[in-house]
Amino acid sequence: MEFKQQVAIKVTVNGADIRAAVAPEESLLDFLRKQCGVTDVKCGCGMGECGTCTLVLAGKVVKSCLVLAAQADGREVWTLQGLERDPLAARLQDSFARHGAVQCGFCTPGMLIAARGFLQRSPQPTRAEIREALSGNLCRCTGYQKIVDAVWAVAYGDAAEQERA
Amino acid sequence: MKTSIVGKGLPKFDAWPKVKGTVVYADDFAMPGMLYAKVLRSRYPAAAILAVDTARAKASPGVKAVLTAADVPNNNLRAKFGQSTDVGAQFEGLYRVLAEKKVRYVGEPIALVAADSEQAAEAALDLIEVTYEQLPGVFDPVEALKPGAYCVGENDTNAVSRFKIRKGDVDAAFKAADVVIENTYRMPFSDHAYLEPESGVAWIDEHGVVTIRVSTQVIEHFRTVAEVLGVPHNRVRVIGTWVGGGFGGKEDITVESFLALLTWYTGRPVKLTYTREESLLAHSKRHPFTIRNKIGAMRDGRLVAAEVELIADAGAYTYLSPWVLLYSTVNAAGPYNIPNVKVDAVAALTNNPFSSAFRGFGAIQPNFAYESQIDELGRQLGIDPVTIRELNCLQKGDSLATGYAYDRELVLGELAGRAWEALGPPREAGDSPVKIGRGLAIGMMSYGRLTFLHDTSRSYVKLELDGSVLLRCGVPDLGAGQAQALCQIVAEELGVPMDKIKMYIADSALTPLAGTSTATRQLYMSGNATLKAARELKDRLIKKAAALLNSSPADLRLADETIADATAPDKVLPLKTVVGHCSSDGDELYSEAQFNAPFTTVPVSELITGQTFADFTFGAYAVEVAVDTETGEVTLEKAIACFDVGKTINKLNAEGQLEGGGAISVGYALMENLMVSQGNLQTRSFTEYLIPTAMDLPDIGTIMVETESGIGPYGAKGVGEPSSNAMAPAITNAIRDAVGARITSLPATAEQVFTTMKFRK
Ligand code: FES
Ligand code: FES
Repeated sequence: MEFKQQVAIKVTVNGADIRAAVAPEESLLDFLRKQCGVTDVKCGCGMGECGTCTLVLAGKVVKSCLVLAAQADGREVWTLQGLERDPLAARLQDSFARHGAVQCGFCTPGMLIAARGFLQRSPQPTRAEIREALSGNLCRCTGYQKIVDAVWAVAYGDAAEQERA
Repeated sequence: MKTSIVGKGLPKFDAWPKVKGTVVYADDFAMPGMLYAKVLRSRYPAAAILAVDTARAKASPGVKAVLTAADVPNNNLRAKFGQSTDVGAQFEGLYRVLAEKKVRYVGEPIALVAADSEQAAEAALDLIEVTYEQLPGVFDPVEALKPGAYCVGENDTNAVSRFKIRKGDVDAAFKAADVVIENTYRMPFSDHAYLEPESGVAWIDEHGVVTIRVSTQVIEHFRTVAEVLGVPHNRVRVIGTWVGGGFGGKEDITVESFLALLTWYTGRPVKLTYTREESLLAHSKRHPFTIRNKIGAMRDGRLVAAEVELIADAGAYTYLSPWVLLYSTVNAAGPYNIPNVKVDAVAALTNNPFSSAFRGFGAIQPNFAYESQIDELGRQLGIDPVTIRELNCLQKGDSLATGYAYDRELVLGELAGRAWEALGPPREAGDSPVKIGRGLAIGMMSYGRLTFLHDTSRSYVKLELDGSVLLRCGVPDLGAGQAQALCQIVAEELGVPMDKIKMYIADSALTPLAGTSTATRQLYMSGNATLKAARELKDRLIKKAAALLNSSPADLRLADETIADATAPDKVLPLKTVVGHCSSDGDELYSEAQFNAPFTTVPVSELITGQTFADFTFGAYAVEVAVDTETGEVTLEKAIACFDVGKTINKLNAEGQLEGGGAISVGYALMENLMVSQGNLQTRSFTEYLIPTAMDLPDIGTIMVETESGIGPYGAKGVGEPSSNAMAPAITNAIRDAVGARITSLPATAEQVFTTMKFRK
């Protein structure tokens, strides 16, 4: 059986229009990493279990290993690198760095995208809600605590932060 | 000692590119004309390989190379696992690149393919024909040690190594004891489950050097790779990437040899990245142990004897099993002062996945056993968890079971007491099927390698003419802040701000070799080397400044990019002025320093005595759990870590180690079970191999005690691995407290807890 045919797609990736031919079975994650050079989305499992490939597709937070590249046709994709001028992303990035929420950093881009999407929906969350919202994104290094601290600090401002030094 | 930058919770310099998503991890990198590699792996746990036919694969479109054992210049090596000293055959194992004649485990590599695309490489794997003849195999270490058992390797025994400790007379002591408690504890295989699967890219540079850019804990594997290829060591270079998690799983060689061989044969750059399933199948595991632990005590709670038998499943190849077993032997009786101790440990080969390093390295398994035992002893005698430990734990000057006298600060009782107290008032469960319980556990674990490995590290510090600093050290950074700590040390000593320091890490050709990022050794080893280099520069700067200012060197201080006389406010020079003067004098301000750990001699027999480690880190976990008696489900509700960290170098990173180390062991205690049935891996994804999510964990309170008694820089101790110790038994002790069930097999899943409750005598 030959699956040679390619699907022509047009996707807006981090603001740039990209036209490409993709295999029908190619995931959006593979397409971004291998054809577009967008490597801030990571592949920790390729099966929807870890969240390292999390991005924003047509305004929704999704795991890009579970989406076919062909499904992104005509849509907008935003990964962390494209959100340079997004104020909420910037505050989260700063907060993650300052709270020690980053160890190896492999989960970080996906975690930041998930946290951003969550705070947009629920700007005043409890710690338990933050934990629940991030439970689709695994982190093996931090124990999540400083990640929760970082998200919390963005939600409630500097007053909620402890002096770290 | 008062410090100004050391100790601060400064964000680490690598946090910024990491939050921007710009760090180029191993798989994020590509080279023009790069090929993609795949590995053909054994389908059977035990089989003879009668033939491997690669003809069809070689002819397949896009395929550039198909290699088998016959193509590997040196396929069988005595692996030295990163150390440069020769420690003798009993601590080394066979490192085989590709299977030949026989396979020993499911997933063992048999052949390599490089092709123009991943798809072409994958398709070629299916075209390689391996003719197997299945062999019986052996899957249980106890069976493997019986006479006449199937031999996993080429030797006529499956025993990898045996160690023992003898102190006093345990038989007499047990007879005299008022209480004797004996239990058998079991721990499963577990997986590191770092989120970044194994990955690397290799190429041959314009001077013929095989260059491998790889996610690894050990750049010194360049030597082993050179030996595989049969080329001089200086013809292989390993560039370590920022690692997406290691925990011991990237300590042994992963993709390096495969990449080197394929680039060597094709002349093209080659990339190899494992899938998650392949990662779970192919890399080392934490050793399963069966531990029989028998303790005897007097009615007042004093321990008089401990007898411990440990059996470890080494899996299919030796790798670091002898070392892990030695750690488990030394740790078998715990941080307790017991007059009579007998320990017997053995590791055996089986046709299971191979076991090697994992955070906790042979200390974590006996810890589960001895902390369960002491808890049981306290219960039987009606002595509370803190007191029973205070009564027995090591004090400064006491000897370990090996006879080595520990003469540094030791505040274990205090650590236990503070952790316990910090739990606060218990939660009232009321009249519900959910029962609340509390548990305590303490632990000890070494930092730094076994002293007979004669460990060393080097670091290079250079002051630029403008007063900025360049630091080069071959340390792989796994995310624990290994690099950041060294920068803070330099900033402290030279009085320069962090943003004036640039650091280069982990390049076997260009950075001074700093040894492995394993064994919780980098802060201790490379921290000391960096401190030494920085202080050497500082001395030269002070000497020069003293001459320029006409001051006494003892009065000069380096801070805020100046050198100032503490006794005369007007006597101050910008740092770069002094650097400029040194330069004019031809005194180039660089220093490469080496730090040597204490050396001991290699053990010559199975009997382990005296000093085996340079120092230990001690700590305690106290937890509160809720157990649903209708389902057996356990929820960890509160957790406190209290550790003597010696001295904090970076507060955020040290806390992060305690939180992360605790979290990884919550998984060990409650959910993680890499299931292997007759050599076949049953848990092949994160859907089956469950690790904690943000919802499975509470906040972990951290108390860091600073005795400044460590042998790291400024009195620091290592916490990376020790922090994973003691969490699991704290949890199972809490389950015992809540519902009366003593968990002796990990993980304490709902099913396990429910069954244990039900069949409780
Ligand atoms: S790579 Fe998509 S969820 Fe893991
Ligand atoms: S920081 Fe390593 S996986 Fe999250």
